[in-house]
Amino acid sequence: MNVKEELLEILEELHPDIDFAEEEQLIDDKLLDSFDVVTLVTEIGSAFDVELTAADMVPENFNSVDAMVAMIERMMED
Amino acid sequence: MLFTSYAFIGFVLVLLVLYYAVPRRFQKLILFVGNVCFYVMSGWTNLIFMGITILSTYGAARWIGNNIDAQKAYVKAHKEELSREEKKAYKAKEKKKRKLIAALAVILNVALLALVKFPNRIFLFLMPMGISFYTLMSLGYLLDVYWEKQKPEKSLFRFALFVSFFPQLVQGPISRFKDLSESLYAEHALDWKNIYYGFVRVLWGFFKKLVIADRLSVVIATISGDFDTYNGAYIFLEMFLYTIQLYADFSGGIDITIGVAQMLGVEMAENFIRPYFSKSLKEYWRRWHITMSTWFRDYLFYPISITKTMQNFSKFLRAHFGDYIGKRLPVYVASFIVWFVTGIWHGTTSNFIVWGLVNYVILMISEELEPAYAAFHEKCIPAEAKGWRVFMVLRTFTMLCFLKLFDCYQSAGEVFRAYGSAFTFAKLDELVHGGWLQLGMSLADYVVVAIGSVVILTVSLIQRPESVRDQLSRKPFALQAGVVMALFLVTLIFGAYGMGYDASQFIYNRF
Amino acid sequence: MKKSVILRRVVAVGLLLIFILYMLQRLLVPKYITGIVEGAFVAEYYREPDKNFDVIFVGDCEVYENFSPAELWKEYGIHSYIRGSAQQYIWQSYYLLEDTLRFHKPEVVVFNIQSLQYDESQSEAYNRMTLEGMQWSPAKVGSIRASMTEGEHFLDYVFPILRYHDRWKELTADDVKYMFKTEPVTYNGYYMRTDVLAAGDIPEGRPLENYDFGDKAWEYMDKIRALCEENDIQLVMVKAPSLYPYWYPEYEEQVEAYAAKYDLPYYNFLELQEETGVDYSTDTYDGGLHMNLSGAKKLSHYIGPILLENGAADRRDDAALSRIWDEKLVRYEEAASKKE
Repeated sequence: MNVKEELLEILEELHPDIDFAEEEQLIDDKLLDSFDVVTLVTEIGSAFDVELTAADMVPENFNSVDAMVAMIERMMED
Repeated sequence: MLFTSYAFIGFVLVLLVLYYAVPRRFQKLILFVGNVCFYVMSGWTNLIFMGITILSTYGAARWIGNNIDAQKAYVKAHKEELSREEKKAYKAKEKKKRKLIAALAVILNVALLALVKFPNRIFLFLMPMGISFYTLMSLGYLLDVYWEKQKPEKSLFRFALFVSFFPQLVQGPISRFKDLSESLYAEHALDWKNIYYGFVRVLWGFFKKLVIADRLSVVIATISGDFDTYNGAYIFLEMFLYTIQLYADFSGGIDITIGVAQMLGVEMAENFIRPYFSKSLKEYWRRWHITMSTWFRDYLFYPISITKTMQNFSKFLRAHFGDYIGKRLPVYVASFIVWFVTGIWHGTTSNFIVWGLVNYVILMISEELEPAYAAFHEKCIPAEAKGWRVFMVLRTFTMLCFLKLFDCYQSAGEVFRAYGSAFTFAKLDELVHGGWLQLGMSLADYVVVAIGSVVILTVSLIQRPESVRDQLSRKPFALQAGVVMALFLVTLIFGAYGMGYDASQFIYNRF
Repeated sequence: MKKSVILRRVVAVGLLLIFILYMLQRLLVPKYITGIVEGAFVAEYYREPDKNFDVIFVGDCEVYENFSPAELWKEYGIHSYIRGSAQQYIWQSYYLLEDTLRFHKPEVVVFNIQSLQYDESQSEAYNRMTLEGMQWSPAKVGSIRASMTEGEHFLDYVFPILRYHDRWKELTADDVKYMFKTEPVTYNGYYMRTDVLAAGDIPEGRPLENYDFGDKAWEYMDKIRALCEENDIQLVMVKAPSLYPYWYPEYEEQVEAYAAKYDLPYYNFLELQEETGVDYSTDTYDGGLHMNLSGAKKLSHYIGPILLENGAADRRDDAALSRIWDEKLVRYEEAASKKE
């Protein structure tokens, strides 16, 4: 399973009501609130074995699935 | 200096004339001198406190910025020789240094804030104006630099201009460097639209504040000042009026702040989006004092909830108590800390601390009840149903009335005593039969407040799709002029100012 | 939009706004025609047809209720005017004198020294009643500056609407009727009362910690004296026969010493009861605080020769002035008889 698929699974479980594949403004449109984001960070951390820091907490990193994938891949490379 | 003083109006007028009269490259200098004058007029000792904050955050940010640059240059220069592990170790070492510097600056500034906020002997009478706001602004900037989200400002002068920008010193908002700096540092030609829009916004702020807030503050002071006389049903009146008063006062002050900034060509972030139309407390906190709640979210909630400790804690919980608790508890712990700090930031007395915790408890309960709500909406009333939405707005407003009572008394105990007393419905008869007219407002005053509140409500509804000023600007000139003139005259005549009214300080001035 | 169009519109709106503000201000300021009339006294002076008064009285209620210029004219031909208002502080008296000198130079100034006991303005309301009626001049600016209590603003005097905006609650038909006109309420500054309330027992004044008049009070006493000297005016000091507020012997000593030092005539009517014939059972309308018409007649009768002695003249041979006074006396006598 690649990163995107795994991430989508996590997201669906978090918010079954949102169509994550389509949304581009998850944060700016307030679809995800701060609680969701933190839960997500925890999930991402354990699923991909990466460590997000406060510096990564910008809307641009969480606005879409692709942005999140890019962030995760960046960290896995590091 | 109060917004509602001749001194402030005169100050702004003089500043505006100078600001647009001088060659544009001197505008920032004029503004800076204005900031200093404004601050000195409120007590010159204030300058020392602000000076320390400016120098420490500026210095720390510059050091951190230089360190980051040096680190990058080093890694680039030694790209070939260093192994991946060595690079990592080097970066970690440098980061540790930056962390130390950032931590020192944060501690210094938080200590400074705590020093004046907590009751003590030495600084009893020193409450530097706006320290709560500019401290958070400076720290937010510093953390952004530390997290490499923000390049450090090279010029001390420009940074000082950001921290000391006078309109926000009275009662916020808590501006972000990246939001404010661009328009603050730009040169501004005299723009008729900015002046006109800014002026109308200021006028609107004065209307809210003078016609409604300052009129109501007398009644609230009367009731809250004498619990032995005014208890029972009076408490309901108090909560209701205070909820109106606080919004009129606080958002009116922000209108003045943003309006003055706009006249100077500076754009500031909004602090309120019709908060009393919120359908839940959670939504309310996205719409009320926005710059504060987002500050606490970005600089306290996120950092705490995603620390390694917290992540490990989460993993531990998951292993032992299952996914549900493992996911939720870290968030709840972080939220608890945030609300505790938010309470203290508002005031160090027990009423404010308990206020923060009550907010926290309500938010957590509604978070836990979310599945129940979802099921309810599926089976009974859809969440989008108009009647349901209206009900939720009224419910939330009622809840806010109760929550805001924490501002009115000196300790949590007194607030709870007031709640208890309210529900005995004692003195209801007395209140209804003339008691409400003995509180410092006549029938005419109540009528003014009622009509004024309806005006604010109406404007809130009109402005939903587009700002009222934009809508108005497409109307015939005579209508525009009539509306603005009416606003001015109504504020002038029906404003509660001058002899006979206490020049009540902005409520948020204290925080 | 063209700049000229914007400019024209701004000017048009500005002018309209100024007009509306002016009308609102006229509507909202107190008219002092009925009820509290004391606020109207100071302004009445400017409407006098012949301001060449030989005698000017300055002071508070102790002058404007105790001396009647009409009686002085009838009996002695003295052309006089009272520039006094309620609770008029000594600095306000000084500036009113300065203001008066813009129009003419009297021969005699009679100053009632009771206000020496106040070193600061006591109330904004009294400030208003004295200051508002003054025409704008450096004297008014000075008087406002010297008078303002804490929380007052100069701007509120320049634009009274800022002070009285809240009167929308208590507007009456009179506020509309007297928006642009007014009616005289005094007789050359004299406030006529004809009712009687005999004086009962007036308690002795409570002992004070300090009987010395304040520095500011003395400063303005000196300024009044200096202003009179400069202009060759004879200053006469008086203390009205008011039983209350209590006039302490310690006060009296200081005033007597001052009068002696500068060789100024000083008459304390509290001690001249026998000579004036003031009868506290018939000559006061509020139990001894102020004189009624009967009392004012007696005091006027007594002070007339003193004024003549100090430089005032009998001007009944001035035909134009006599005509003015004939008119004044019609109104005066009518009021005197109606009220009695």
